Amino acid sequence: MATAVEDRADDRQSPLSDAVVVRFAGDSGDGMQLTGGQFTLSSALAGNDFATFPDFPAEIRAPQGTLFGVSAFQINFGSSAIETAGDAPDVLVAMNPAALKTNVLQLKQGGLIIADEGEFNDRNLAKAKYDANPLDDGSLAKWQLLKLNISQLTMDAVKPFGLGNKEALRCKNMWTLGLALWMFDRDRQPLIDWLEAKFAKDPNLAAANVAALNAGHAYGETAELAGPLKQHHVDPAPVAPGLYRTLTGAEGIALGLVAGAQLAKLPMFFGGYPITPASAILHHLSRLKEYDVTTFQAEDEIAAICSAIGASYGGSLGVTSSSGPGIALKGEAMGLAIMTELPLVIVNSQRGGPSTGLPTKTEQSDLYQAVYGRNGDAPMPVIAARSPGDAFECAIEAVRIAVQYMTPVMLLTDGYIANAAEPWAVPDLAAYEAFPVQFLTEAPENGFKPYSRDEKLKRPWVKPGTPGLLHRIGGIEKEVGTGHINYEASNHQAMTDIRKAKIDGIKVPDQIVELGAGGGKLAVVGWGSTFGPIHQAVRRKRAEGKDVSHVHIRHIWPLPANLGGLLRNYDRVIVPEMNTGQLKTVLRDQYLVDARPVNKVSGQPFTIAEIEAAIEEALA
Amino acid sequence: MNEMTTIAKSTPKDWETDQEVRWCPGCGDYAILKAVQRTMPEIGTAPENTVFISGIGCSSRFPYYMETYGFHTIHGRAPAFATGLKLANPNLDIWIVTGDGDGLSIGGNHTMHLIRRNLDCQIMLFNNEIYGLTKGQYSPTSRVGTTSPSTPYGSVDRPAQPAAFALGAGARFVARGFDVSKELPNVLKAAHAHKGAAFIEIFQNCIVYNKDVFEDFAAPKGAEDRQLWLKHGEPMLFAKGTKGIALDNEELHLKVVDVVDGDWQSAGVIVHDVTNRSVAHMLVEMRFGEFPMALGVLYDDPRPTFETDVVRQNKAAAEGKTADLQSLLKKGQTWTVTESGPEL
Repeated sequence: MATAVEDRADDRQSPLSDAVVVRFAGDSGDGMQLTGGQFTLSSALAGNDFATFPDFPAEIRAPQGTLFGVSAFQINFGSSAIETAGDAPDVLVAMNPAALKTNVLQLKQGGLIIADEGEFNDRNLAKAKYDANPLDDGSLAKWQLLKLNISQLTMDAVKPFGLGNKEALRCKNMWTLGLALWMFDRDRQPLIDWLEAKFAKDPNLAAANVAALNAGHAYGETAELAGPLKQHHVDPAPVAPGLYRTLTGAEGIALGLVAGAQLAKLPMFFGGYPITPASAILHHLSRLKEYDVTTFQAEDEIAAICSAIGASYGGSLGVTSSSGPGIALKGEAMGLAIMTELPLVIVNSQRGGPSTGLPTKTEQSDLYQAVYGRNGDAPMPVIAARSPGDAFECAIEAVRIAVQYMTPVMLLTDGYIANAAEPWAVPDLAAYEAFPVQFLTEAPENGFKPYSRDEKLKRPWVKPGTPGLLHRIGGIEKEVGTGHINYEASNHQAMTDIRKAKIDGIKVPDQIVELGAGGGKLAVVGWGSTFGPIHQAVRRKRAEGKDVSHVHIRHIWPLPANLGGLLRNYDRVIVPEMNTGQLKTVLRDQYLVDARPVNKVSGQPFTIAEIEAAIEEALA
Repeated sequence: MNEMTTIAKSTPKDWETDQEVRWCPGCGDYAILKAVQRTMPEIGTAPENTVFISGIGCSSRFPYYMETYGFHTIHGRAPAFATGLKLANPNLDIWIVTGDGDGLSIGGNHTMHLIRRNLDCQIMLFNNEIYGLTKGQYSPTSRVGTTSPSTPYGSVDRPAQPAAFALGAGARFVARGFDVSKELPNVLKAAHAHKGAAFIEIFQNCIVYNKDVFEDFAAPKGAEDRQLWLKHGEPMLFAKGTKGIALDNEELHLKVVDVVDGDWQSAGVIVHDVTNRSVAHMLVEMRFGEFPMALGVLYDDPRPTFETDVVRQNKAAAEGKTADLQSLLKKGQTWTVTESGPEL
């Protein structure tokens, strides 16, 4: 979460107790996301900074025990600023053979495996395609291995509650969480309160889960195991006093959109169509009716954006949201919003592509689509969020630009930001400057022209229902000023120039340098969710005395006015992206700088080590 | 339809724009435009509260010629824009102008969903059984064997039936008319009086690419033998009262019966009840040739509308809650960091 700009002491040699990466992995039915979420809360309460990475299959209920059915949740927590979910885990909790197989190779050498040996039976080993039991054959020798029969220990712990076998085994995740809480010296009480509230309707089930949690904790406390299991205390990270909450990117977008609509003094209309990983935004907003939010689940992606444009035409803030494939379907309607100059916010929660691609995995490969992906000369502002908390700010910024310039705006986030949680200092809304919309309600003295413009080249916003300002709009080329249909060559040239000039003229803040100097040997330029790994990598290299700076671009289009000059101040520029080099192309095109690509498209975020290696190579 | 405020009576001229109408000379669209402009003063709605929304195609130029608010959108999507607009401002009187290609081919999905949701608006589907603006390709309503630039050997696919499609999608109002019919304003008025999605199929003569394709029933000469104008509460009679529509009680389908000396009762002629959905299903399927063309209001039985229900639910869900965003931001898993550390 932290966006500190000062260099820190070298945290490369962090002992285990300074920052720890734990990955919980199990079957999709084992409740790993829940376990991870609750462990996250306990980290927050322990005062640690953290970042999380949920990694789950696209299938809703994948067959039990299979490799593709593994669901994992990784958390990186520590006593200094944490900006990524961590590279290699220090601890892997593997609830079955498939979870071990799919995750163990990423575990740090010498890292700790906690495996539920009760699940390592012949059937599960076969499903995970193990010829021999890895817990016994020595193949895990480079790690520390702790075999526990978590299944049996859980069954024993919940025996007094008379649950069925299946229900009893469902408490496994709480047993595991209890052990993890002990390992990191965490308070159990908030979790016990949470369980009692969650199962308020079934006190017996609540008590069984609490018993499992306590049993896991007690196991760590009393087993006195020699070897790997020992308690670690991670000191609180120094954070500013204030109120904090956990925030996912989807929540950040939803809340930011509501805040933006309030600052613009507009009702919001959200037209959406279910798609992974964007649906969470629709879900959040559909519960916020009292904020003057209307949500509409349309029949398809096209209807979702068209209804939003219709609502904007009617005087609401129209918003639509999707992921790559859905954004592709919305392309023609975006062109209409550009042509009719109506405000609109389009949120793209990017995922792996092309086509259906990797629905639950993350990628940044829709930048071309956002900047260039429409027919005709169709300029549109594009903003990219770097983190869940930043998504809140970016959503407000998108609304501001949309209404102040009468234009659709694309807001880019991605699957990683959408699902990941981070601690968020709850902002004081009073600190945000309102930008109330002024609708045109009367004809000006010199007569009403729907395509007249102010100093920002913005045309007036007139709500149907306003007497005296009747007019027609549409997708056919408009006559300058009047907005009447006009096919003349000179008029099309003029209107194309105006549309371009309006977007080019949008005032965006100057680009700052996140870390390092405003010039030097190397700039690492990023955008979106690569912020964390880039920032940490640059910090580590600077701590080693390397001349490297981090520049992170929020305004992808139009780009900050000072960016070209800034980039020319560095001998070299590298651009790490989770695509094959899209921002790199834009920067080369706009500034003729020799921006070099650093690319990764594995569906997984960059690790810090990967960025560090790229920095080393660029400086070599 | 909307609750109307009384305003000074307008004239058809008041609903015309200063824009040059750009349809081919003799196009049926001119007659429909005139019919709409004649209808508007009579239904007493205000121009500023009226919005014409269209997709793409010849018919979709319509909004440019109406002195109201208007939105010429993209191909097939007018219903989606209308839905967002109506939800944003339920007081607007929305007219959708579409065609057989726009509304049933590229936009068939949106037409279906608009109708099933029952958004309060009028949908005028101009059916000319051809793609005019793209220069004469066959359309989803073209009859089998239609030769066109894209079907030089004749089309082989069977046509969609707009009124049957609408009823099948759940329409609560289905009517038919044709471009030059004097009855068209009455049909439009009935559609406007219906609260909910009112679907009107308007047969329209494309004089360039599909000339006189409806002449067999629309021609003035012999019209009374070929047109069945339905009126609620009146027997389904045509051919100057000498023929009528009755139900074959054994085969359970409609049939044409002769009416002798005006005694339609003993001939079993059905009295038109616009709320009878079963009969409506048979009327929209009635094949011209064997039967006369069923025209006028085929079905009209309102149900609660989409925007009304959405607004009601939004209000109910917001009831008793305050829109305090600052407190919403603090919801969920929160903790406070003080000088001495974090606490719940």
